[in-house]
Amino acid sequence: MDDWTESTPGIPVMDLAELVACHDCDLLQRRRPLRHGERARCTRCGAGLYKEQHDSLDKTLALTLAGVILFVVANVFPFMSFSLEGRVQECRILSGVMALVADGKWVIAAVVGLASFIAPLLNLLLLLYVLLPLKFDTAPWKLPASYRVIEILGPWSMLEVYLLGAIVAVVKLSGMADIGLGFGFHAFAGLIIVTTAAGAVFDPRLVWNRLARVT
Amino acid sequence: MSRAGLTAADAGLVACHACGLVMPAGSAHDGCRRCRAPVHQRKPDSLQRTTALVLAAATLYIPANVFPIMTVVSFGKGQSDTILSGVVAFIDAGMYPLAMLVLFASIIVPMLKLVGLTFLLISVHRRSRWRPRDRTVLYRVVEYVGRWSMIDVFVISLLAALVQLGSIATIVPGIGATSFAAVVVITMFAAASFDPRLIWDVMEEES
Ligand SMILES: [Zn+2]
Ligand SMILES: [Zn+2]
Repeated sequence: MDDWTESTPGIPVMDLAELVACHDCDLLQRRRPLRHGERARCTRCGAGLYKEQHDSLDKTLALTLAGVILFVVANVFPFMSFSLEGRVQECRILSGVMALVADGKWVIAAVVGLASFIAPLLNLLLLLYVLLPLKFDTAPWKLPASYRVIEILGPWSMLEVYLLGAIVAVVKLSGMADIGLGFGFHAFAGLIIVTTAAGAVFDPRLVWNRLARVT
Repeated sequence: MSRAGLTAADAGLVACHACGLVMPAGSAHDGCRRCRAPVHQRKPDSLQRTTALVLAAATLYIPANVFPIMTVVSFGKGQSDTILSGVVAFIDAGMYPLAMLVLFASIIVPMLKLVGLTFLLISVHRRSRWRPRDRTVLYRVVEYVGRWSMIDVFVISLLAALVQLGSIATIVPGIGATSFAAVVVITMFAAASFDPRLIWDVMEEES
């Protein structure tokens, strides 16, 4: 790697790859080896800096694949049903967005569509797109740009918040009609567990380490 | 004054926000050399951008609370709900945990974000040296907790999808819901544009 030769007094010349700068307070710290499951914190402000996970690539890939399957199941099967006076109305995850579009409520439709469908789906697919070739020691086309999209979309994927919203909706309607939870709802709950686990075992450093190895 | 350590900026280095690579500041004009993300020592125009977004969100916060978030039309009669009346309805029905949840997500979290960001902006602007670590934790809370205020927006979208039984019962989202969704999105952008490293920069200077 490259040497950082513009030596500042008090700091010995060292490999830049050994350094990490805290994203919350900018303090420079030297990377130290961690044990499995450990997480390094900033010594000054306590921000989480990096973590160590064994077999991060394999675990993340397996969980992401499971996530894609659960995502499809959660969207194909009914999410909830509502029955009142003999009439039954079923909905899927995207039904809310479509109802809002039909009503001309574009802002809410866009926000709900992004948070409950587009961001989580793109996240899963792009993660597969980046990790699968790396697993077989090749680099996918436009890896850096794809990885950046994953980073940008992250905060906009709100599956767990959506699930809580669904629970509130069920309770709200329970006094007025019979509410049923569909197969899609259970798959959606599974999807949240799987994507949360994938986020916990994914170590972003592996992407760059592998990329440096294969190019 | 003794310093606890050296910051990347002091050392003439800059860290990529996307991939974490540390590189000499002079070599980062064309972006990160590893992931090609734009690299800045500090987020550009952080204070101005955050201030503008907080003001926009605070303005929209008023219609979000005053106007109905949805109207339930049942057998020809319409009943409008605001965010607050939704919480009150849960309390009247004895559903206290749910009332607490909606109160927290729809009222306390947006307030906390607006007040918290305003406090952080003022403290940085006044070059405060007060408890930088606690202010950084406050920033992390504001950044993390924001997504949870989206609950009500999701509830409305599900209700609009489910309750479409024509004259028996229909639920129509109101202007309040659009304003509220905009508040949540804008405060998320506001939190993302604030640079917590500004809290620490003043600590590097001699007192
Ligand atoms: Zn720090
Ligand atoms: Zn980078």
